[in-house]
Amino acid sequence: MWQEYLFPSSVEEALTMLAEREGRARLVAGGTDLIIQLTEGQRSANCLVDITRIPELDKITLEDGMIVLGANVTHRQAAESPLIRERATVLAEACRAMGSLQIRNVGTLGGNVVNAMPAADGSLALLALEAEAEIAHGTGRVWVPLQDLFAGPGVSRVDSTREMLTAFRFQALSERQGSALERIARRRALALPILICAVVVTLNEDSQAFDSARIALGPVAPVPFRTSQAEESLRGAPIGRETMARAGEIAMQESQPRSSLLRASKEYREEVIKVLVRRGLERAVQVARG
Amino acid sequence: MYPLTMTLNGESVTVEVEPSDLLVDVLRDKLGLTGTKIGCNEGECGACTVIMDGQAVLSCLLPAMKAHGREVVTVEGLSHDGELHPLQQAFIERGAVQCGYCTSGLLMSAKALLDENPRPSIEEIEEAIAGNLCRCTGYFQIVEAIEAAIELRSERLDTAHF
Repeated sequence: MWQEYLFPSSVEEALTMLAEREGRARLVAGGTDLIIQLTEGQRSANCLVDITRIPELDKITLEDGMIVLGANVTHRQAAESPLIRERATVLAEACRAMGSLQIRNVGTLGGNVVNAMPAADGSLALLALEAEAEIAHGTGRVWVPLQDLFAGPGVSRVDSTREMLTAFRFQALSERQGSALERIARRRALALPILICAVVVTLNEDSQAFDSARIALGPVAPVPFRTSQAEESLRGAPIGRETMARAGEIAMQESQPRSSLLRASKEYREEVIKVLVRRGLERAVQVARG
Repeated sequence: MYPLTMTLNGESVTVEVEPSDLLVDVLRDKLGLTGTKIGCNEGECGACTVIMDGQAVLSCLLPAMKAHGREVVTVEGLSHDGELHPLQQAFIERGAVQCGYCTSGLLMSAKALLDENPRPSIEEIEEAIAGNLCRCTGYFQIVEAIEAAIELRSERLDTAHF
């Protein structure tokens, strides 16, 4: 168990606290995943560096068409933000579906991504939005594509004993773009998903065909997964039930879901992929057409 | 040991805590407030729900240090001068309590909702308590009790009883 609990007041101070403890200190934000992992011995730390009192990390802003979210933005905040609901609907829907209200009140998007689960609601929505994450470490800050952060189930490339995810950014969706999140779980609330599908579509000028589509699925691979072949099949394709059903079929073929004793079999998940991809596309198209 | 200072049920409290203490253990074992329950101890059941700075949170997942400088309300802070909170009154009257283990958590989730939104819809009530499991009642009486508390609360506000 951790013997020190610190509240840095800036990103730089947090990084210094980590550096001084040479890998024995770890960042904590909401803690809704980490505290259980520490209690059960899945992760360890001698010191927790709590970043939730660092100002500015809980802001949601629109800058030159880009939405920038601080890493400490909670699921509740993102779900209720008018900007996110209008210009990144898929993320608002994902954040509203995750956990329970008590968990959404404290769990942050930064934590959701760094926890690196393949079916994390927030991660999948951010992936479909082609988000980038800002990583602060001893020598500066860099923006990296979100998908580069996932190394395996529960394993992030962000080392929270040495560096810090500070923000996300992505293009706010505009006219002729729409997004949606589809989710199936055993209960409608407080349940890990059987499957999640996050969709962002861009329509062509007369709104009769797809210009492009981005589809993220989980858990169908060790990391949050973009269905590149299904996306390719939609490029320039006419909008119709058949096109969308075919995309679902392709997405199923390129996915590798596993059987879970607690949630669903591989076979069931494969059927669900087809349905959720089609539903997600239909709803995103509706939104895009206004 | 760290000195933890918070406003607890309206009063300033300072208590010595270990850095690894969780809020629920400090409330129950160090401060004797055993109304807050431990059910699953991993954020699945909601029995440990308390209100921190106006929001329902799970005290079993919360390092106690996170409450430093914050305002915390537990089920013990609901009644005033011997008068039950409208939610407590309505839970009793509507049969929303059976074994009682989930009750304090449900009351706190419901209070956080009503403090923010005095006239919630049924859907909003259901969303607010979706993180609180009850294995006895089947939830209908609980939702009815919260609806009844909405009325009771506005009556009391009208007559300045509360």
